[in-house]
Amino acid sequence: MAVPKTNTDILTGNEAMAVGAKLCRVQVVAAYPITPQSQVTENLSQFVESGKLKAQYITVESEHSALSVCIGASTVGARAFTATSANGLAYMCELIHWAAGARLPIVMGCVNRAMAAPWSVLNDQQDSMSQRDAGWIQIYARNNQEIIDTLIQAYRIAEQLYVPVMVCYDGYILSHTVMPVNVPSQKDVDKFLPAYVPHTILKTADPRNINQVTLADPRNDATGVLCHGYMELRYLLAEAFQKAPDVIRRVDEEYGKTFRRCWGGMTWAYRDEDAEVLLTAAGSIASEATVAVDALRAQGVKAGVRAVRVYRPFPAKELAEHMNRAKLVCVFDKSLSYGYQGPICADVKAALYASAERPAVHGFVAGLGGRDVKARELVEAVKQSVADYDRGVTDKETGWINCQI
Amino acid sequence: MSTRKCKHISAMASPSVGEAGKTGQWRTSRPVVDQSKCTAAKGRNCYLCSDFCPEGVIPRETPIAIDLTYCKGCGICCEECPAGAITMEPENTGSGDDTPPAGGE
Amino acid sequence: MSKLPEQMKPTRLADIPRTERMLPGNRTCAGCGLGIVLRYIFKALDGEAILVVPASCLTVLGGMYPVSSVEVPWLNVTFPSTAATAAGVAAGLKALGKRATVVAMAGDGGTADIGIQGLSGAAERNEDLLYICYDNEAYMNTGTQRSGATPMGARTATTPVLGKQQRSKDMVAIMEAHAVRYIATACPSYPDDLYDKVRKAKSMTGTRYIHITTPCPPGWTFGTHETVKMGRLAVDTGSAVLLEIERPEATAPAAFRLTGRSRTLAKRGSDLKPLSEFLNAQKRFRGIAEEEVRQMQKHVNARWKEYIGRDMSL
Repeated sequence: MAVPKTNTDILTGNEAMAVGAKLCRVQVVAAYPITPQSQVTENLSQFVESGKLKAQYITVESEHSALSVCIGASTVGARAFTATSANGLAYMCELIHWAAGARLPIVMGCVNRAMAAPWSVLNDQQDSMSQRDAGWIQIYARNNQEIIDTLIQAYRIAEQLYVPVMVCYDGYILSHTVMPVNVPSQKDVDKFLPAYVPHTILKTADPRNINQVTLADPRNDATGVLCHGYMELRYLLAEAFQKAPDVIRRVDEEYGKTFRRCWGGMTWAYRDEDAEVLLTAAGSIASEATVAVDALRAQGVKAGVRAVRVYRPFPAKELAEHMNRAKLVCVFDKSLSYGYQGPICADVKAALYASAERPAVHGFVAGLGGRDVKARELVEAVKQSVADYDRGVTDKETGWINCQI
Repeated sequence: MSTRKCKHISAMASPSVGEAGKTGQWRTSRPVVDQSKCTAAKGRNCYLCSDFCPEGVIPRETPIAIDLTYCKGCGICCEECPAGAITMEPENTGSGDDTPPAGGE
Repeated sequence: MSKLPEQMKPTRLADIPRTERMLPGNRTCAGCGLGIVLRYIFKALDGEAILVVPASCLTVLGGMYPVSSVEVPWLNVTFPSTAATAAGVAAGLKALGKRATVVAMAGDGGTADIGIQGLSGAAERNEDLLYICYDNEAYMNTGTQRSGATPMGARTATTPVLGKQQRSKDMVAIMEAHAVRYIATACPSYPDDLYDKVRKAKSMTGTRYIHITTPCPPGWTFGTHETVKMGRLAVDTGSAVLLEIERPEATAPAAFRLTGRSRTLAKRGSDLKPLSEFLNAQKRFRGIAEEEVRQMQKHVNARWKEYIGRDMSL
């Protein structure tokens, strides 16, 4: 089989995202600069102004407007793209909910950064995690190659399900770090990504009023057809999320066939086949966990990684299947649901609830506000967890990695 | 009861008269036209009642016929008619019947 | 320096198209000024437009799912995002090689307050959209709370005892500062003037702004039959002024022109009616202090003088 023509470039995560958007032939770009995302906007400006990407680039005056522009564009049938971080994501929050409820296949890059206050431009995942309930598919990239590949997959997933997709990657750790990236050819991406067919109707001959005030109960339209109430419309979004894992897996598999790379679908693993203790995380910290696993194995601990690639929809069944084979799961969250636990940890526990035989789960918070997370710290945390587990501690308070209080 | 007759995945509505129901039922008084006084009926240009109706229920033609199914009884037509051809009469109360009286305007 | 655009011949009321695209039996209050406004906007757009509408009375006029009251493609959007979403619609259409008049239509709240950032950004970038503000001078849809456009002295749900302490925000001046191609003010009491302005704006590209003083019977507190009368009183007292400001290019000087009834008053050299006539006709100004009325009259007079001075065509 002929190897598809690609070229390997040395790209930062932000460059990978921008090149990916260019390959996807996005038609409307609206993005507001924010550290550490700004290079995405700058690179796209460069592409558009030099004619490399034929798109309408709106240099909006805020993130709220950025996603509003995308909503307008996507509604009329244009492929729309934006990117942001932290406070920018928070600023567009009501539009995040809107895009999901309006069933618009917008793709957004979220360069994960800590939320203020106090100010931090450095990495953690509190920003995207705070939006996990809004109805966007969330995919976390572990390296720059995955960023570009996931962005291309994202449009295919979004436009099939009519659900917006957030491609998340860690600020600075990935966004500003150079890595070798195979850049797919335009020709192959064109074949992989069919044109966007909007479900929205905005034409003079059939004038629709879109996203009006909707009442609680189903109500007849003027022709007597019983139409959805708010709850039913939201059920349809939930239904799309039920179909999403299959779509995501198939798209990843097909991507693998075309581009010779796939990323595990919903989750990915490293040395987990016979693992007794699993390390779980999302994004670059999961990559770091693979280094920790090698060290642990060298020390006789049968460790492995079972990472979350797609956080929403949450791969509950898939994780349970794999995790039930282990005795202990250590979850490393780069965020916290204050008053409770790390989001991934809480979701893992819920996923395991129905299992007759399930592992112990120990949760950790790591890397807030750019606090560096070293593999040896993960190793120490896991070793302590194993020791605690051996003493019968199946459940313990959330650990904070290298918090110097 | 299944609501799956509607095939749209988002809220997209088609237009129809009477979205809020028969808004004529909102009235406490109804416009009554004396065609003999109407300027337009005499062939002169007017139709201010039609031009200023906030509901658009007065077609721009004679005889002036106000759609009482939807007329909310604001009284702008009465106020703006330069010939005093429109008066506001108390609406029937109690029966809730909004059909215009037969033969009358 | 390019030629100023030619004046379009004023349309007579009798010649305005009859087709109604705002359907009766909608949720507007009896006597709603917006109802008259929208009828004429739709006539001027002649069906070929996409409307972008934020949370406002207009949203409710548009109807509740699954029934619409408007026979025009219509996108409801969040309160602050009218201008930006409209810019997105325009950008999307351009990217697809299609064209339609994109009309962003918001109330005074969605324009002068929560929507001003998006409007300012769109205007600064000269986005290709026709922005219409229907100004009923408060957040009427949520129960008459004060907005930046509420006039001084008006009692509202959030200025219930003292009345608004500040003058209304001057959106015409704000839009002028953005050097947009076309600015106009209008009032439903003069539907032919409103129709022509929308028609003219429709024929242009870039950012166009029309500000429509829209009397509101429950919010301003006057009889439902007095809506048109109230608009006339607004213009006759100078509380509202009918004007156009055209700027063919961003660097060209603006051509300022009074129109309709305001033009007639100016040309005749007529005095404006005392502002108190307008204020006394509405219960929302009940209890307004004499000093406030004096201040407002002073401002109205100064503005009227300034406008007359700017109109080289009088």
